[in-house]
Amino acid sequence: MKSWLTTTDHKRIGMLYFWTALVFFLIGGLEALVIRAQLARPEGIGVSAEIYNQMFTMHGTTMVFLALMPLSAAFFNYIVPLQIGARDVAFPRLNAFSYWVFLLGGLFLNASFVAGPLFGAAHLSVAPDAGWFGYANLTSRQFSPGPNIDFWVLGLLILGIASLAAGFNFIVTILNMRAPGMKLMRLPVFSWMTLVTQFIVITAFPVITVALVLLMFDRFFGTHFFVPAGGGDPILWQHLFWLFGHPEVYILILPAMGIISEVLPTFSRKPLFGYTVVVYSGVLIGFMGWGVWSHHMFAVGLGPIADSVFSATTMLIAVPTGVKIFNWIGTMWGGQLRFTTAMLFAVGFIAMFIIGGLSGVSHASPPADLQQTDTYYVVAHIHYVLFGGTMLGLFAGMYYWWPKMTGRRLSETLGKWHFWLTFVGMNLSFFPMHFSGLLGMPRRIYTYGAELGVTRLNEISTAGAFLLGVAVLVFLVNLWRTRTRGEPAGNDPWQGATLEWATTSPPPVYNFTVLPRVESRLPLWATEHHGAMAPLPATPPAPIHVPGGSWWPLVTALGLPLIAVAALSHQLWLALAGVAVVIAGIYRWAYEPFEA
Amino acid sequence: MVNSMGLDNRKMVFWAFIGSECLLFGSLISTYLIYKGKSLVGPYPHEILNIPFTSFSTFDLLMSSLAMVLALAAIQRGDMRQGKLWLFVTALLGLIFLGGQVYEFSSFVHEGLGLTTNLFGSTFFVLTGTHGAHVTVGVIWLLTHWVQALRGKLGPAQAITVEITGLYWHFVDVVWIVIFTLVYLIQ
Amino acid sequence: MSEQAHASTGTYLRIAAILVMVTLIEVGVFYVPAFQPVLVPALLSLSALKFALVVLFYMHLKFDSRLFAFLFSGPLLLAVGVMIGLLFLFFGAVRVRTGT
Repeated sequence: MKSWLTTTDHKRIGMLYFWTALVFFLIGGLEALVIRAQLARPEGIGVSAEIYNQMFTMHGTTMVFLALMPLSAAFFNYIVPLQIGARDVAFPRLNAFSYWVFLLGGLFLNASFVAGPLFGAAHLSVAPDAGWFGYANLTSRQFSPGPNIDFWVLGLLILGIASLAAGFNFIVTILNMRAPGMKLMRLPVFSWMTLVTQFIVITAFPVITVALVLLMFDRFFGTHFFVPAGGGDPILWQHLFWLFGHPEVYILILPAMGIISEVLPTFSRKPLFGYTVVVYSGVLIGFMGWGVWSHHMFAVGLGPIADSVFSATTMLIAVPTGVKIFNWIGTMWGGQLRFTTAMLFAVGFIAMFIIGGLSGVSHASPPADLQQTDTYYVVAHIHYVLFGGTMLGLFAGMYYWWPKMTGRRLSETLGKWHFWLTFVGMNLSFFPMHFSGLLGMPRRIYTYGAELGVTRLNEISTAGAFLLGVAVLVFLVNLWRTRTRGEPAGNDPWQGATLEWATTSPPPVYNFTVLPRVESRLPLWATEHHGAMAPLPATPPAPIHVPGGSWWPLVTALGLPLIAVAALSHQLWLALAGVAVVIAGIYRWAYEPFEA
Repeated sequence: MVNSMGLDNRKMVFWAFIGSECLLFGSLISTYLIYKGKSLVGPYPHEILNIPFTSFSTFDLLMSSLAMVLALAAIQRGDMRQGKLWLFVTALLGLIFLGGQVYEFSSFVHEGLGLTTNLFGSTFFVLTGTHGAHVTVGVIWLLTHWVQALRGKLGPAQAITVEITGLYWHFVDVVWIVIFTLVYLIQ
Repeated sequence: MSEQAHASTGTYLRIAAILVMVTLIEVGVFYVPAFQPVLVPALLSLSALKFALVVLFYMHLKFDSRLFAFLFSGPLLLAVGVMIGLLFLFFGAVRVRTGT
């Protein structure tokens, strides 16, 4: 137990991220099922408006920040050092710190579900309830007097620290810790997309940090940054939020795009088509993602010039995305296809992401968007790209890399059930939403009138959602049974091309007996240009130094929720104690003898 | 330890951090500029900002950057006597800056401009307060090095850590240069 | 660690002197009425000069790896771009105050 609390090993940290994120994914899924149960029929199941608002707020916040991002982080952590031929990340203790802060932030946010009595609230739950995007001035103290939004602001501030720390860590890791011969244009695409994602993280998160701090000052100290009565402009919140929020969706999709860029070539037995173009497209998406934010604000009344500019930039960003899709298809074309579960999810990603991308392109037109915005059409779009895209990509990664991480293959039979149930379930759930949205069903309503004519569509969506629940159960059974009954995987169960397959499954604590020397983009494959890399020796020629664990990342992380709780309970001494814990933790960390 | 770009990890991570901080301060400065001239009530900038006083603060911070480079150069060449001296001077100049901020803030409050008085107060105090918090962290960091130096535990081998402190310190100075111009001089 | 050229103490002192002089000029531009029409461009240029001197010489960016320059200037340009974009969105066209 102690070794897990003090671990600085990227592989263990990756597993910690995985399991924690999986639990939050299940919680987010339950929230979705409550929503869908309520919306199946106009009369619903009796969820009150207040609780309903908490459900969709927490569903969005949980899925984005506590499920999708950390599941991606699980793979950043486990796989990237292996793919670049390193023994660990650049700052192993900072890596552990990121995980602990994520866990504590997620716990803090979800504690709101049972914290009502502490605030004298009418209900048990005071979970955030103003949407995952927290628009002002609904989030002002005047219109959200309870602690709900405080939990949201403070929770996200804590989580932002985790993401930023990891962002810095992985940038340095990928740039400065590659094995000899691993030039940047030989990096596996997953590692490349990770690098681009981290650059987006370190530039976008400061913006939401400022937005949240300004909101916090409004709520705690009486400023009027977003309060019209004091001269504040709620639209500023929208700008700051979406300046973060749009890059955030690229943070959410690029890693999954990276994953399928690994899976597709492996199961087509062909190199990725147009590697250079795929990499540059990813980089371009990272940059261009900064120029489109106000396409989330077409209904705000920014004026024709602003609307036109953002419409144009939004349409442009479809180009590098489309390019990638053609490259993925080109990879499969003429390949020796093996439809393993990972491959099914990867191909599913392409199809579902195309649908989500098409609805996205339709949003790019302000007049069209005026009808679509704030309706279920957008909910369809979001879920096709984030579930059909990111989540399917992450499932592909799980089936692909699970053998490497645990030494055992997941059941392909259960995997195929998982895939098909998921595929049918998600389309049943989200495709009708294109129609219910265009027929006028708004978002974020806890009930609707039968006269809207969307009842049948909602029934289908709900059935689909529960089918997804079954699919997830199948997956959980697969995970559980594999622990003891999974087929041993060996080093390279899929005949992969990249360095993670060169070492054992799971890898030894030092990753590679000898750091590989890389001569090509596909080290483990023999191509017409170069031979396959020689196998690594079974044991290291000399003892390899492995850093020990450290308590200080966990200790320092603990200071943060202390400060947050102090803010909620207005106790200065507790805040100072929290700060003291953080400072003490940093000093002990800095002066601890630790060699990475 | 593999080092694919031949650069120090810590220095690299710190430049990435400084890049990130550009977005942090950029957002705060943008908020200030967006709300400029939109306060519903006074006091207004031209009534309350003290240019001569702030010019002195600016000069102080610029001199502290000079002291910082002198400290680093001394430590790099092993002259710990000069190193200790200039580290201390840098921190001292930083403390003087902070003292000036405290004086400025309290006199503003005295003259009727508080955090919640109007948009100018809110944006001004949050922006300069964030900057001041950064200076405070910098002073603590500098004094930590100074104490280590007094204990004989700081030498040329640790120069890179002082260099990184210097990067932080100069960045904080550079942010002030921007604030001085956009908040004080361009009203 | 790759340290190429190294500025001397003399260079640092000269830069400090320039920084002080530029600050004095900035304050002068602020107070002297004749400069009002060019106040904004003048002050922006002068402070950009100070910014550049500190970054290039005190932060040693001129002599260090170009990666560091990229790590800094990328986000910096992004921040400036975002700021300009926001100003356009909130003010239509940027209006330069020309005194009074």
